Amino acid sequence: MERRDFLKKCVMVVVGASVPLSALTFVDPKKVLAANPDIQWAFLVDTNKCVGCGFCVKACKVENDIPLDANVTRTWVERYVYTKDDRRYVDSPKGALNGYTESRIDLGKGEFKEIDPKNVGKAFFVPKLCNHCSTPPCTQVCPVGATYKTDDGVVLVDRSWCIGCGYCIMACPYAARFFHPVLHVADKCTFCYHRLSKGLDSACVNACPFGARRMGNIHDINDPITQIIMNERVGVLKDEFGTKPQAFYIGLAQEVR
Amino acid sequence: MKSHVWRPLYVVIAFIVGILVFRFFYVPNDFGSGKRGFMYSYHRKSNEAEWKKQPAKYGVTGKERMHEYCSACHSAVVKVRNEKYHGVIPCEDCHGPALNHPEAPEKLGIDRSRELCLRCHTSLPYTTSERKRIPGIDPKTHNAGEQCVLCHNPHNPRLEDMK
Repeated sequence: MERRDFLKKCVMVVVGASVPLSALTFVDPKKVLAANPDIQWAFLVDTNKCVGCGFCVKACKVENDIPLDANVTRTWVERYVYTKDDRRYVDSPKGALNGYTESRIDLGKGEFKEIDPKNVGKAFFVPKLCNHCSTPPCTQVCPVGATYKTDDGVVLVDRSWCIGCGYCIMACPYAARFFHPVLHVADKCTFCYHRLSKGLDSACVNACPFGARRMGNIHDINDPITQIIMNERVGVLKDEFGTKPQAFYIGLAQEVR
Repeated sequence: MKSHVWRPLYVVIAFIVGILVFRFFYVPNDFGSGKRGFMYSYHRKSNEAEWKKQPAKYGVTGKERMHEYCSACHSAVVKVRNEKYHGVIPCEDCHGPALNHPEAPEKLGIDRSRELCLRCHTSLPYTTSERKRIPGIDPKTHNAGEQCVLCHNPHNPRLEDMK
């Protein structure tokens, strides 16, 4: 062995021995993901479980300081009644803030329709809220950049920047937005962003006694919500609008839009 | 070119420059786009933190954990609850928001109103709905005007258990 080769190999051994063992371990993608979670919030509504008690609406209004008496709400529950002579009725008095305590249908303008119990074919309740679309039309139309989609998939309104023009309220195909009667800005469901960031469930999910409302991270394949969305038959509202809603519904009927 | 062309042009240019200068000072520095690009997420970045700072009111998440939290002091009441009946109802649905309960609010209200019970227990003729599984009454004929809690124990409404 020549002296040159000997010195070269010596250097290689010294350098090789000085590399710490920890630098040679393989990077575990799961651990990296856990350190920087890729969160995409999604909502799952099981309409089969809803009984129309309206506790979710009440909890939402209390949690988010929406005036209880005002006829605006971030989430609401709709009642669908199909009669045997093929008529369909939908109502949501006060957004079901006080639940459904009467069998008559609220037709609006103070008119009510009493349906003969023998004539009722099927009936069910559907909780609704902002769908937090992947491509939300409401944020596109905002002229001042006051409403936006966060990186974790929640559509928010900047209350100090909103000018109250109402374009977004018109643009939403789901009528999920309204004009806040006290603050005079556009308002909408935030998925209880303040609660999510504290590790709590949103107020409506927390209040539902029957588990009809659930929330989860749709980018986490082990999340029970993601598993249900992947493996069971779920639907979204107004798919044809191309808004890519992130609120998924189990047991959707075609009349529910 | 004659000045009657240039003069209005100067006015327009001055107007545009004025707007740009105003915009420079008025629009906060942290305006920018998120992951979703300009179309969906052009916004004031500090607003996300403002939303996160909003105070929460309702307490411990989930039914199981809520029972756990409440039973630290109210174990007698929590034990009475039957998971088949009212055990599924979060305590805060009837007692109100209780995030920092022993401190503030110090005392929780109790909603004993008939309307609260009728949310689920009004009889509706919907045989296909989950609502039908819950025992229902006609509020007009079933002891109208009386509070339900006069006869029924709200924490465990099973009549057999009351004897």
